[in-house]
Amino acid sequence: MNFESFAEMSARERLAAIVDAGSFHEWLPPSERVTSPHLAQLGVPAAFDDGVAIGRATLGARTVFVAAQEGGFMGGGVGEVHGAKLVGLLRRALRDRPDAVLVLAESGGVRLHEANAGLIAVSEVMRALLDVRAAGIATVMLIGGANGCFGGMGIVARCADTVVMSDIARHAMSGPEVIESAHGAGEFDSRDRALVWRTTGGKHRWLCGDCDVLLDDDAAAFRDAAIAALDAHRPMTLEALQLESALLQARADADGDNADAFELWSRLGVPEPRAVPDLDADALRPRRPAAAAALAQGAA
Amino acid sequence: MVGMESLQYSFDGGRTLAPFAPKLVGVVASGNLEVLVEPSTDTGCRIDVDTSARGFGPVWEAVLRDFHERHGIAGVRVAIHDMGATPAVVSLRLDQAIAAIAGATP
Repeated sequence: MNFESFAEMSARERLAAIVDAGSFHEWLPPSERVTSPHLAQLGVPAAFDDGVAIGRATLGARTVFVAAQEGGFMGGGVGEVHGAKLVGLLRRALRDRPDAVLVLAESGGVRLHEANAGLIAVSEVMRALLDVRAAGIATVMLIGGANGCFGGMGIVARCADTVVMSDIARHAMSGPEVIESAHGAGEFDSRDRALVWRTTGGKHRWLCGDCDVLLDDDAAAFRDAAIAALDAHRPMTLEALQLESALLQARADADGDNADAFELWSRLGVPEPRAVPDLDADALRPRRPAAAAALAQGAA
Repeated sequence: MVGMESLQYSFDGGRTLAPFAPKLVGVVASGNLEVLVEPSTDTGCRIDVDTSARGFGPVWEAVLRDFHERHGIAGVRVAIHDMGATPAVVSLRLDQAIAAIAGATP
């Protein structure tokens, strides 16, 4: 089997690997020089695309809109222009009604250099994404970059119909170093990589139901998962939101005393929880139904 | 003073490239740089550099002059956003940009 690591790719390489070959048409390409108005005065070089490429493409011969965040540039942080490009893409989707909007997310959240502008931008992205989802256009988050998907983008991800993650991807609100800075290494040791991954990594998210599809770190697998998600819709009804809330409460009840992920998996009935970090996605798959059933029972 | 440094270089002579679509290679990340190559009506090769590492003008000049001598291209505008890439990385990115143009114009 010939794997091509999705994590190791740049945003533009990921775009090329996911959509139909040669089909990506970029809006506001680098030559337009729509760059951050804030970074120069802080002595930081801009990026010609402000760290995100947006455009339309075909995926399995169907029209999609797509955005790819570049984790190498400021950790994929969402600045004013970066956020405006995402919002513009989503609003255009409301007008043009593609089959889906895909976000190849890799972001630490708000770009702190652009503070308030970045915060507002992320909130606008959330609203625009929910509008697109409510309009019945499939919204798909593909999370597989080395920097994970954190902060405001972590929230954006959970606003989508479908979340796809690789086992080495991470998804959370506060990043490990943020938690350690605020609460100390005794609370969360950001240098303990095993702890970080079993608390924020793809396997944990998938076992707890935060992500819908778990993959190995393979670009072709991400493409297949994106095609499969083109018709996946999670309607935002009152009943669906109440069920989600009950599932979250069930998880919080199972967690109780801020258990380590191993302990939480054990309480959710995941077989051999200590073996989970060493399993690949295929081997882990049979272990989720037990956790899903335990959470559903807790929510009932 | 902390801050970016902006540098401009122009090199004359060389063969004018056939029309090509603008190409971007690389990423603005620590020890890395992005290079945007665009066609230009100028006869020479103009290179603009924004770099977070101040005080390396002579090194940039040497690396970019070497690039121009190796490729001998004209009618090109190159824009660089750099975050402390080493000279070897800069040369490789510039070569990658030229290869990307060549690949895009059969």
